[in-house]
Amino acid sequence: MSQKLSVTVTVNGTEYTKEVEPRMLLSDFLRHELGLTGTHVGCEHGVCGACTIMFDGESARSCLTFAVQADGHEITTVEGLAPDKDNLHPLQQAFWEAHGLQCGYCTPGILMSMIPFLKQNPNPTEDEIRHALSGNLCRCTGYQHIVDAVKLAAEKMK
Amino acid sequence: MKPAPFEYHAPSSIEEVLDLKHQYGDDAKFLAGGQSLVPAMNFRIVQPSVLIDLNRVSELSFIKEDKNVIRVGSMARERHLEFDKAIQKHTPLLHEAVPFIAHPQIRNRGTIGGSIVNADPAAELPVLMLALNARLKAKNKNAERWIDAKDFFAGMFTTALEPDEVLVEIELPFAKKNTGWSFMEVAPRSGDYAMMGVATLITLDKNKKCKSAKLVYLNAGDGPVEAVEAEKLLEGEVLNDTLIESAALHTSEKEINPFGNIHASIDFQRHLANSLTKKTLKQALQRAEENF
Repeated sequence: MSQKLSVTVTVNGTEYTKEVEPRMLLSDFLRHELGLTGTHVGCEHGVCGACTIMFDGESARSCLTFAVQADGHEITTVEGLAPDKDNLHPLQQAFWEAHGLQCGYCTPGILMSMIPFLKQNPNPTEDEIRHALSGNLCRCTGYQHIVDAVKLAAEKMK
Repeated sequence: MKPAPFEYHAPSSIEEVLDLKHQYGDDAKFLAGGQSLVPAMNFRIVQPSVLIDLNRVSELSFIKEDKNVIRVGSMARERHLEFDKAIQKHTPLLHEAVPFIAHPQIRNRGTIGGSIVNADPAAELPVLMLALNARLKAKNKNAERWIDAKDFFAGMFTTALEPDEVLVEIELPFAKKNTGWSFMEVAPRSGDYAMMGVATLITLDKNKKCKSAKLVYLNAGDGPVEAVEAEKLLEGEVLNDTLIESAALHTSEKEINPFGNIHASIDFQRHLANSLTKKTLKQALQRAEENF
C-alpha cells in the first residue's frame, strides 16, 4: 500500500507542500522531509516529550500526530523561536544563562512546552513550573537548573 | 518505531464518517486525539488497515449547556473540558479530575470521546462517566441510540459500540443539590498512569443523611469499577468516621479487583484504595455540607 497524500503546512511561518504516506509521523516529517532536526525524537510513544512542538499554538507531541493531520495547520518548532541568527529567544537565553541543559537532547521539547505555559502563567511558582515540566523527561540535569532557567525566563519575559 | 501502512480518510461531516464506517466496519479504526491509538500503532500492537480521522469533523467538537445537562461532542479536547466554565459550575467532579489526565501536551490533543471509547481501565474519563451517570449517544448510518455509562463499558478496552457505530455526544447531568465531590489518584509521577484512583460523590438529604453515594475506581479491575455494596453501606446513614472506615475497608478488600503491576502490588493498590476512599469521602462530605 503506497497511498500518498499532499500536505500543506505552515512551519515557523513558512508554507511547505509535500507528498507523504499517511503513516508518516509529524516528527519524522519535520526532521526528514523539511530538514528541521531541532525537533528531537526520543521514545516515539508520547512519554518523553523530546518531540514536543506547537500545533496551532498549543504544545503537542509530534510523534503522536500524523503529518497528514497537520494539513492546513500551523506548526512551530524550536527553530522558530529565535528572532534572528544572532539573538536567542528570552527563554533560550535563560536556559543558556542558568545552565538549563547538559546534553541538550530534551531541551527543544522543554522549550516548546514552556512557551505556552509561560504565556498562560507569566508568574509561575516553583511548584507550578515543576508540574508543567512533568511531561518532559531529562536524564542529565536533575531538573534543578531547568526550573531555575524557567524562573529566569519568566523574569525576562515580563 | 513506525506504524504499519494504512489507508487514510479525513471526512469533514458525520454523514461521511458513518458512510465510511458502514463500508469498512471492523477494518477501520477512528482516529480521535490519537494519544493512545498512535503509541499503539507506533509499537504495531494495533495495525488498522483503514484509519478514519475525526479531527476535521467540526460538528463533533462542542461543549454546551442545555436544560439540566451539559452536552459534549465526542471530539471536544480534554484541555477544553479543563477550562470550561459550565463544566466547572455544573459538574465540579469532572472539572477537578481532568487535570489528572496525563500532561497538558496530551490533553491539548486528547478527546473525551477517544478516551471513553478506548475504555482503558486506568483512564480517568470512563470512571468519571460512570460516576456522573453520563449518557452516551452512538450513531450509525441508519439510527442513533443513547447508552447509559453503566451499560457502555464491557471490559478491558471493550465497549457496547457496534462495528458500524461512532460515539457522537456525551450528556452529563448537572450535579444534584446538596452534593459534594472529590477526585483523587496516586501516580508514581505527576501525569503518569495512576496506580489507583477514585471518583466520589455524596448527596445529602434534608436531614443531612447520605441520600446517595458514588464510588468509582480506576485501575481496579477490567474497566471502571463501581463499589455498589460500599455505596449501599453509606446510603440512608449519617456519615461518620466509623462508617467511612468500614465502607473503605469493604470496597478495598471485597469490591475492587486490581491486577497489580510493576509500580504497585495488588496489596499496595488495595491499600491505596482504602486510603483514597476515606480521603475522598471526607472531602466530598465536607463539600456537600458547605453547599447545604
